[in-house]
Amino acid sequence: MATAHSRAAARVMISPAVILLLGWMIIPLSMTVYFSFLSYNLLMPGMEEFIGFGNYEYFLTDPAFMEALINTLLLVGGVLAITIVGGVGLALLLDQPMWGQGIVRVLVIAPFFVMPTVSALVWKNMFMNPVNGLFAHMAKALGLPPFDFLAHAPLMSIIVIVAWQWLPFATLILLTALQSLDKEQLEAAEMDGASALDRFRFIVLPHMSRAITVVILIQTIFLLSVFAEILVTTNGGPGYASTNITYLVYAQSLLQFDVGGGSAGGIVAVILANIVAIFLMRMIGKNLEA
Amino acid sequence: MARRATGARKIVVTAIAWGVGLAIFFPILWTILTSFKTEAEAIASPPSFLAFEWTLENYVEVNSRSDYFLHFMNSVIISLGSTLLGLLIAIPAAWSMAFVPAKRTKDILMWMLSTKMLPPVGVLVPIYLMFRDFGLLDTRIGLIVVLTLINLPIIVWMLFTYFKEIPGEILEAARMDGASLWDEVVHVLTPMAVPGIASTLLLNIILAWNEAFWTLNLTAAKAAPLTAFIASYSSPEGLFYAKLSAASTLAIAPILILGWFSQKQLVRGLTFGAVK
Amino acid sequence: MTTFIRALLGATAISLAVSPALAEKLTIATVNNGDMIRMQKLTDDFAAKNPDIELEWVTLEENVLRQRVTTDIATKGGQYDVMTIGTYEAPIWAKQGWLVALDDLGADYDVDDLLPAIRGGLTVDGKLYAAPFYGESSMVMYRKDLMEKAGLTMPDAPTWDFIKEAAAAMTDKGNEVYGICLRGKAGWGENMAFLSAMANSYGARWFDMDWKPQFDSEAWKATLTDYLDLMNNYGPPGASSNGFNENLALFQTGKCGMWIDATVAASFVTNPNDSQVAEHVGFALAPDKGLGKRGNWLWAWNLAIPAGSQKTEAAKKFIAWATSKEYLELVASKEGWANVPPGTRTSLYENANYLEAAPFAKMTLDSINAADPQKPTVDEVPYVGVQFVAIPEFQGIGTAVGQQFSAALAGTVSAEQALQNAQQTTERTMRRAGYIK
Repeated sequence: MATAHSRAAARVMISPAVILLLGWMIIPLSMTVYFSFLSYNLLMPGMEEFIGFGNYEYFLTDPAFMEALINTLLLVGGVLAITIVGGVGLALLLDQPMWGQGIVRVLVIAPFFVMPTVSALVWKNMFMNPVNGLFAHMAKALGLPPFDFLAHAPLMSIIVIVAWQWLPFATLILLTALQSLDKEQLEAAEMDGASALDRFRFIVLPHMSRAITVVILIQTIFLLSVFAEILVTTNGGPGYASTNITYLVYAQSLLQFDVGGGSAGGIVAVILANIVAIFLMRMIGKNLEA
Repeated sequence: MARRATGARKIVVTAIAWGVGLAIFFPILWTILTSFKTEAEAIASPPSFLAFEWTLENYVEVNSRSDYFLHFMNSVIISLGSTLLGLLIAIPAAWSMAFVPAKRTKDILMWMLSTKMLPPVGVLVPIYLMFRDFGLLDTRIGLIVVLTLINLPIIVWMLFTYFKEIPGEILEAARMDGASLWDEVVHVLTPMAVPGIASTLLLNIILAWNEAFWTLNLTAAKAAPLTAFIASYSSPEGLFYAKLSAASTLAIAPILILGWFSQKQLVRGLTFGAVK
Repeated sequence: MTTFIRALLGATAISLAVSPALAEKLTIATVNNGDMIRMQKLTDDFAAKNPDIELEWVTLEENVLRQRVTTDIATKGGQYDVMTIGTYEAPIWAKQGWLVALDDLGADYDVDDLLPAIRGGLTVDGKLYAAPFYGESSMVMYRKDLMEKAGLTMPDAPTWDFIKEAAAAMTDKGNEVYGICLRGKAGWGENMAFLSAMANSYGARWFDMDWKPQFDSEAWKATLTDYLDLMNNYGPPGASSNGFNENLALFQTGKCGMWIDATVAASFVTNPNDSQVAEHVGFALAPDKGLGKRGNWLWAWNLAIPAGSQKTEAAKKFIAWATSKEYLELVASKEGWANVPPGTRTSLYENANYLEAAPFAKMTLDSINAADPQKPTVDEVPYVGVQFVAIPEFQGIGTAVGQQFSAALAGTVSAEQALQNAQQTTERTMRRAGYIK
């Protein structure tokens, strides 16, 4: 139905976005690729030389690499699991009739507005600190020894902090989806004697599946590059217990100022992210087509 | 599940919902409360919830040390500027993707999203060098450009999914009536798309406001937004919980208030095509 | 929009008398430490003396600051006219030609008054490249009341064995009193500053004369084992995330019996406004192991001018002001002598007012003088630096090794494993950087 005229117009309209993003992607990316083949440390100018795949070899053979890769997946997976299960639960809860629904919703979405740095600082100091944190005070009041979250469960603690920030986002999208559900269908099912669990499994959940995939897609994009929360709370440690790929690239490029190694790490991270992306796109693509 | 709620059920649901809501909100509430304590009280054990001597000394101290207003204005200009610029570029792109789908549309969209996966730390040096050469370091315009580019994929995606839900027949009808492309966009499409655009705008302001890598690394004094303001309170010498809380409250309050007041608009378009 | 903000800023600016149109603007990057914040608050005095220079502050947390200024100076970004840098960066950057030599800070600057140990670390080829704003070593700070209760007396120069004995005697976990607080947070400037200095007193070193890492040595093993032993038995919970600030807060609230850390902390822990234990604090030199070296470091925060700055003259004026004797007097007149930035000038330690107000003055000076960056440990080393190795690679290596030791403290790896990992990762980096052929 689209005419040649409108097709041309469409091309004109889409091109600024495409050109800009191409530029944004290609210019830094090609510079990064170029740097990744150089021995280039910011602190030692004038020593740049071509070293082929040396930087890649160095980054990939880093003893921390495998652990960082696993941590990255655990972090993304953990946060997704918490936010989706919690988000579905919260959406179901908020969809019920209650007093002060608007206020509750405002309370629930608030964490989404908090800067990652601020939330990490607040959680680290005022809640998880084993001496002065609120959790330590609570443990003391119960007569328990305080638990040192960031030392003994560093990755889990970070997952909790990040999940707290993203739970509102998931809740909002899932709630919107839930509200668009045809209530008559549910009532009919209830009449037919379907239990609450069955109604949830066979009517509510399938209806929300699209929303869930969207949450997965959008959040994964952000979660793959979680960085500020780690830098503020644990610096990737103890050991490499909470180092993810992004943090490893940071350590290479902004602690060592090893631009060559950091660039190679950046390229590796992009490749890994795109592998994850391809999986996701397949999944989402199918779900969004429907 | 909206069956007729009995009184008892409504009470239980209300109690649970308020309990959960308050628990989720508690860290923010606690930060705000702590910002009114003295440093000694902020770490007192057992901590006092409301029965402490309220003081404004932390706010006074924070304001005497940093120029909050400058950072605040920078945050406003940068997040608003990058969002508006982003919309300007994204609306036509999303429009054409939604209404004149080509074979490649989906690929382009997915590719756009994948550009967001480039870890910023890996490209800091190239970007820094480019910014230096163009004189963009520590300028608001530089940050606006970067944040626009970072968030563009999300803007395009969000608008695309929203536009797609607008029935094409209406456009056909308008076209039949001899409406030009311009008329089509301005008089037919835009009014229908306003909720989606508003929601995209809000989401992007939030994302831009909270972006803490580029805003910190590409600025010094003039263009530094609130993320840099926080970095000067994050781990100083001595007791700092109360001052950190005051600075945090100041940094998040504007966006929190904006978010609360506009949550209806935000929610309405925040579907990413998840709702049919 | 911009003009609107400028106008508002102009209206709120403190120095209204100054005409902003003529003023030259200096952008100063600094750390959010107490002494620097005080300097920022005293800007008025500088403005009064230099009406043609306007100061613009960028105050950042230490790690962020370091990352910002290093990126900027290495790429010649030109964002800052004055940078706050450490003793670690100064010689490396000076050798690269990135800093402006500060050989003419004015006739009354009295450069010979700077403490020789501190000045030596900032001098390359006989030229001063950074002016010290405050200097520090490390020492033992302890609670006199708790020592007394334990029936012990702290000698002026304790040994590590005595520290362990005292830590055991003072620990009272039921009342949240921990015998000793030490740094555990990973970072080359955090736990590794303490551990490298401690290792020096145990006769350990980072590298031998062929730049081969030495974490497989007995001396390092003894250092780490004793450190873990002290911290696990007598340290506070969560020690593996404690840095200087966390320990300071613990000490100030009366939760530590002893704390071995930067000498600048002395003025914080004895200040009754911030510290609940102000009147009970005693000081001693950092401990030794009978090998002729003490476990104390040497550090200074300094002001420097990046090469290529267009405002060198104004920047020099500012640096001369901020690191002068007059500045010390200015702080003394406003905040009292105990709060002046310590550790940079000989004359301060001959000033009767200061010695009276600061009970920690002598111990600070002795500690600074006891550290020798040229010969940090018992055996010979190919590097300069007490608690760091002044090579560009050190930040990365130091932090990676710090992570391992922090993990050992958290109990997630054993001491042997941590040392082995440290050895491996250091060797890997040194080989890549071409030190080991």
